[in-house]
Amino acid sequence: MSNRKGPPGSQPFMKRPDNTAFKQQKLPAWSPTLKAETVLPFFFLSGVACIMIGVLLIITAAGVQEIKVDYTEERDCAECYSLRLDRANSIIDCACTVFFSLSEAFKGDVFMYYGLTNFHQNQRHYMVSRDDAQLVGRQYNLKNPSITCVPFDKYKNGTPIAPCGAIANSIFNDTLQLFYHSDKNTETPVPLLKTDISWFTDRTVKFQNPSPKDNLTAAFAGTARPFYWWKPAYQLSVEENNNGFVNEDLIVWMRQAAFPSFKKLYRQLNRTQEFNDGLPAGNYSVKISYNYPVGKFKGRKSVILSTVSWLGGHSNFLGVAYCASGAIILIVAIILTVVHLKFREKPLGLEEE
Amino acid sequence: MPSFQRDINRLGKRPTFGSNQRKPDAMTLCDKNTFIEEERHVKANDRDYNGKFPYADNRIKTSKYHIVTFLPINLFEQFQRVANAYFLFLLILQLIPQISSLSWFTTIVPLVLVLTITAVKDAMDDFFRHKSDNHVNNRQSQVLIDGKLHNEKWMNVRVGDIIKLENNQFVAADLLLLSSSEPYGLCYIETAELDGETNLKVRQALTVTSELGEDISKMAAFDGEVVCEPPNNRLDRFTGTLFWKDEKHSLANDKMLLRGCVLRNTEWCFGMVIFAGPQTKLMQNSGKTTFKRTSIDRLMNTLVLWIFGFLTCMGIILAIGNSIWEYRVGDDFRVYLAWSEVLDHAVFSGFLTFWSYVIILNTVVPISLYVSVEVIRLGHSYFINWDRRMYCSKRDTPAEARTTTLNEELGQIEYIFSDKTGTLTQNIMAFNKCSINGKTYGDIYDELGRKIEVTERTPSVDFSFNHLSDKKFKFYDHSLVEAIKLGDSSVHEFFRLLSLCHTIMAEEKNEGELVYQAQSPDEGALVTAARNFGFVFRSRTPETITLCEMGKPVTYQLLAILDFNNYRKRMSVIVRNPKGQIKLYSKGADTILFDMLHPSDEDLMYTTSDHLSEFAGEGLRTLALAYKDLEEEYFEEWFKRHHFASTTLDNREDCLAALYEEIEQDMKLLGATAIEDKLQEGVAETIACLTLANIKVWVLTGDKQETAMNIGYSCNMLRDDMNEVFIISGHTVLEVQQELRKAKERMLGSYRDVGNGHTNSEKLEMSKNDSVVEETFTGEYALMINGHSLAHALEADLERVFLDIACMCKTVICCRVTPLQKAQVVELVKKNKNAVTLAIGDGANDVSMIKTAHIGVGISGQEGMQAVLASDFSFAQFRFLQRLLLVHGRWSYFRMCNFLCYFFYKNFAFTLVHFWFGFFCGFSAQTVYDQWFITLFNIVYTSLPVLAMGLFDQDVTEQSSLEHPKLYEPGQFNVLFNKHKFFICTAQGVYTSIVLFFIPYGVFLDTVRDDGSHISDHQSFAVTIATSLVIVVSVQIGLDTSYWTAVNHFYIWGSVAIYFSILFAMYSDGIFDLFPNQFPFIGTARNALSQKSVWLVILLTTVVCVMPVVALRFLRVDLYPRLTDKVRFMQQASKKQRPLEHNLKRVRRTSSRRSAYAFAHQEGYGELITSGKNMKVTNPFSSLPAGKVQGSTSWIENLLKKRTDASNSASTERTPKQQPPQ
Repeated sequence: MSNRKGPPGSQPFMKRPDNTAFKQQKLPAWSPTLKAETVLPFFFLSGVACIMIGVLLIITAAGVQEIKVDYTEERDCAECYSLRLDRANSIIDCACTVFFSLSEAFKGDVFMYYGLTNFHQNQRHYMVSRDDAQLVGRQYNLKNPSITCVPFDKYKNGTPIAPCGAIANSIFNDTLQLFYHSDKNTETPVPLLKTDISWFTDRTVKFQNPSPKDNLTAAFAGTARPFYWWKPAYQLSVEENNNGFVNEDLIVWMRQAAFPSFKKLYRQLNRTQEFNDGLPAGNYSVKISYNYPVGKFKGRKSVILSTVSWLGGHSNFLGVAYCASGAIILIVAIILTVVHLKFREKPLGLEEE
Repeated sequence: MPSFQRDINRLGKRPTFGSNQRKPDAMTLCDKNTFIEEERHVKANDRDYNGKFPYADNRIKTSKYHIVTFLPINLFEQFQRVANAYFLFLLILQLIPQISSLSWFTTIVPLVLVLTITAVKDAMDDFFRHKSDNHVNNRQSQVLIDGKLHNEKWMNVRVGDIIKLENNQFVAADLLLLSSSEPYGLCYIETAELDGETNLKVRQALTVTSELGEDISKMAAFDGEVVCEPPNNRLDRFTGTLFWKDEKHSLANDKMLLRGCVLRNTEWCFGMVIFAGPQTKLMQNSGKTTFKRTSIDRLMNTLVLWIFGFLTCMGIILAIGNSIWEYRVGDDFRVYLAWSEVLDHAVFSGFLTFWSYVIILNTVVPISLYVSVEVIRLGHSYFINWDRRMYCSKRDTPAEARTTTLNEELGQIEYIFSDKTGTLTQNIMAFNKCSINGKTYGDIYDELGRKIEVTERTPSVDFSFNHLSDKKFKFYDHSLVEAIKLGDSSVHEFFRLLSLCHTIMAEEKNEGELVYQAQSPDEGALVTAARNFGFVFRSRTPETITLCEMGKPVTYQLLAILDFNNYRKRMSVIVRNPKGQIKLYSKGADTILFDMLHPSDEDLMYTTSDHLSEFAGEGLRTLALAYKDLEEEYFEEWFKRHHFASTTLDNREDCLAALYEEIEQDMKLLGATAIEDKLQEGVAETIACLTLANIKVWVLTGDKQETAMNIGYSCNMLRDDMNEVFIISGHTVLEVQQELRKAKERMLGSYRDVGNGHTNSEKLEMSKNDSVVEETFTGEYALMINGHSLAHALEADLERVFLDIACMCKTVICCRVTPLQKAQVVELVKKNKNAVTLAIGDGANDVSMIKTAHIGVGISGQEGMQAVLASDFSFAQFRFLQRLLLVHGRWSYFRMCNFLCYFFYKNFAFTLVHFWFGFFCGFSAQTVYDQWFITLFNIVYTSLPVLAMGLFDQDVTEQSSLEHPKLYEPGQFNVLFNKHKFFICTAQGVYTSIVLFFIPYGVFLDTVRDDGSHISDHQSFAVTIATSLVIVVSVQIGLDTSYWTAVNHFYIWGSVAIYFSILFAMYSDGIFDLFPNQFPFIGTARNALSQKSVWLVILLTTVVCVMPVVALRFLRVDLYPRLTDKVRFMQQASKKQRPLEHNLKRVRRTSSRRSAYAFAHQEGYGELITSGKNMKVTNPFSSLPAGKVQGSTSWIENLLKKRTDASNSASTERTPKQQPPQ
């Protein structure tokens, strides 16, 4: 601070500080204290509220129907599993079927997920290995993938990879087809929608095809498919609006899971004809084109069918957590009350300690 | 003996000096860089000669930077700070792609921000320094160049130049006084800037040079050469020799005018520059102030080191985890993630991961911690500057925080070391009461005969009948004026004595405008009183004193001055009045004077003695006055003997003393005066209040023991009801040791007595429980120690004993201490007691202690600025100390502690989430949050609420702080922030991070959106945790804030609002379109926060994080309320009811103690006056015999010699006779 010396002969009280509430630290203020009259009721109320929320959540979650079929080494898939252990066999097709039955009909919208375990989509080097500027269709980035994609950015001859990076390269490439067996001999394919399985923002904003959008072959000219892909990006689907970078399977895969075990939305039930109310009870099978090797990293693959509630999925964790917290808060509230009534220092005298 | 030789060929007509010859070149030809000045050679008017030496010119430079050099130097300085260097290191780590776990901007944004703020502050400071440098360097002075006086800027003045100074000018450099307008080459200077003393000092030129007079041509021809000591910082010492015209003249400090002094009462003078610019004693003294740090700073540094250790541990754990993971899982994962070659080894990968985690986890100690701490302290400093209750309207001086980094230390003070004069007292002596011929004057009574307290509104006596009166003088008792007007002869004689018996010089610029130059303020007060009551001292010559008695001019012939010394404790004058009668007037300490009275005065003596006790009881300084009529013959005879004695060489002192004693016998008592050594306003109350706050106040003064004791009593530090006041005044180590031991024994003894007497008493039990022995003393003791004894007491083997005893006493007063001793005492306490110390003073003699103490406070508004310039805080009145400590200091400490607790909590909660996440992401140093969130969390989302708390929070109001000084104690015991507290808040942070991570983890393991699409992706998880975190820490700051002003509301709610707005803005389509790779979180906020389940997660984490804190705090307040909590409850309960006034009002002591006598000056001035050397005589050389002029050279030497004698004799002085208290 500088030495504030007023000019000589200045008028008196020149340097007197202003008398404002701010400068004199007298701003009007609310000074709350933790008083028994407020704290104890607050504890009781929040305890009760938590338990109520918890019960509601448990009831809601119980209403959600879900079935999970692990097909990693299930029945004839075991062969495919061992076949896929060796990368050299990757060109050999392998298909298998798993069966399951629903004891109860799945009412309403039904969603089909694939689940993977022990797959570290949240590994740092894996997470960064993508180029969002390329995925949004920028011409420059299409031909010049970001260095974050290394070593999945270019072929040895310099042809850029589109989409680049480890994430896109390792896309889940099993195909799952669901069949309903209304009796022993009939096998009805369950109509499934490939679209609307990703976030709206992802498929409209975050992922864009390079132009010309009406001719993807031309748009992707000069780029090559990722190493592990069978076909280039512009052949991911036959539908115009679900192809290239905006292919929803790709979009779903590109949204990395937070934890090594995850499930991703694969298809959703097209509610037509006999599936108008959802999936009826009965026997089902899933035909799998078994391409994705998980044996190497001791992962598991599964197919999951589920309905949803306002809360989302089947998980009970939140409801149980609320109930437990509520219970603990109530117990603490009771302890506090007892302590307050029995052991409190009675007079609030000011006798100096 | 300096020896040198002139180079005759080159210097031509220079004389040579016999055999004392040496080549100057031997020194001058040394390499400039290795030049170490051992001796300074300066030749007057010879720039060429002086230019050969690397002497500094008179330009001073206190600024650090130049426009061009600012950036590199400033950056270099800033990166020398550990924190900044650390962040630079992190930044470099982040640029290595294999390690970089965070984008570069997460570090560079805060770093640049911090560097910029600091740089701007430094630039501003330096700009002001440049300005003040320029101002000083461009001051004008008259320099003699080529035989003519030129106006030159100060910076162009060189060593060896002769410059002319005029009255009231600042001295431009350290000068050797050559001649002056006053006779005998005397000149007067004021040294307030240098040593804080406001009285004038005399300097005298050598006779040979003073003969040069004002003659420019002679001056220009002056070619003396000065050989002197090299530049140093001792203000009171100078040794040198002037060689001129084949003669040697020794030079001492009394020939020097130092830079920073002001010329007074001297029309002009000539001086030769000896030291210039940075080599002047002033600049050498203004050495770099040592950088002070607070104990919180030091604690913080320790904690930061611990945190680094903790961080390393976490890094190692995670790195090991990474190695294992790479070995067991990562290898299998190669199909999908083809590593580059270097990473293809588990251990190496672990090593890199360690550094990656160091980067991620660095936010435990964010750079914003340091900045925020500085900002908070700066804010507190402004609050001090703005405080109207620490503003002194009389002097128009607000309080000023000169150092802005020590505020919270103000809340931890345990020891205050205070100067006396100018700090506790105003250094204003006011003639307050008197006793004349057995009657007291000065008190006023109402109609019923009750004493009335004098206040501002009490009507004072009207002195308008006397046109020479001093308007500032106030007296309230009208009876005294009436007595004068009635012509009461003893009253007249009383004031006549006061106007004659002194050594004051009067200066009358215009008719009636009298200015007294007093040696001591006591004398000034007495003579001013006489002046107002109609006995005006107007002028004096060596032989006469002219008064204006009741309007008529009267001239007395001054026959002799029987000067004051410490041993005599009195002074007398012998005058012949116009009627021809010879009278001796004497004033002095009552104890001395009463022994010399005529036996017939016994009754009057007893009455007066009673009055003196009464005065002393009020803390006034007293003098007894007496006179004696002398017979013409007796005086003649005595005067002859006196003349003879004063010319003898051996034993002159003793002879004179005996003569004085002889003539001063059988005097008649006139009365006594009582002078109030005015205490600063509210000193006693302040000290009482500070004592209640468990702060120990020690007084360290250069004053005499009596004066110090007197002040001790008047500000209630010493009281009659104290068990004992120990006075340590031994002259040898042994004596001091014995005295200390005795004091200790007496204290311990009485303690044991108490213990034995009441074995079962509560006190003994208490004392058993209390580990600190010294606090168990029930008795109140005080310790007085003088400088001589202190010197011994501060020796290595005694200092512990001394400190122990001093700390057992309620009051410690050290008198007659040197500035260095003041610092030593402070250092002693600082070092051994591990306590926070504060030193307060106003003069240059306090500078050392102000710089030594943890906190130095300067009393500003006085004339000397030295103390203020060295201080950390300054204000105009001692009583503001109470407010500075109990209000500002307490709040600062409270706020800073809460701030630190919260800050560590917040950052642990924020950062440790990464640690838990490490176990689920293959220890790959993947961050949980979005990088932008990490960048902004500390500087945007959470900085303002905690800053607002750190700046504005108040646990109790300022009134309560002042009413309950006990509230100050937590600071002294470091209760609010210490290692234990740190562990608690970090534990809370760890707990919060666990809750923040694992509740969302449980949910996100298996959840989908309400439209079936997945949400358990990393981005949604990040947004959920980030939002929970922001809400939890906002709720927590809400709990921590105890004083919600509008600003707090605005910042807390605003921060949450800002978080959401930035969140949505950064995750919006537009910004993604611009920078797709930088903002990949597009749409996450919308998709995640539209889910009810996400909000339920946020609610649950908030509840689980906050509830335990609320419960524990409630329990603490409910079961173990601290004083703060009680006061808060009180405040709430009785908001409308006015709080009870704590009675800290000053209690007038009733004491039988005899007060100190009012003499504070040095002897020797009587001789100065009678010799006439300080009188203005138009032509001294013609009007006085030549012999006297010759003698004048030795006069100052005499004076100096006498002073040293006096101080020696003071040390062997017998214990003053004091009447024992009845």
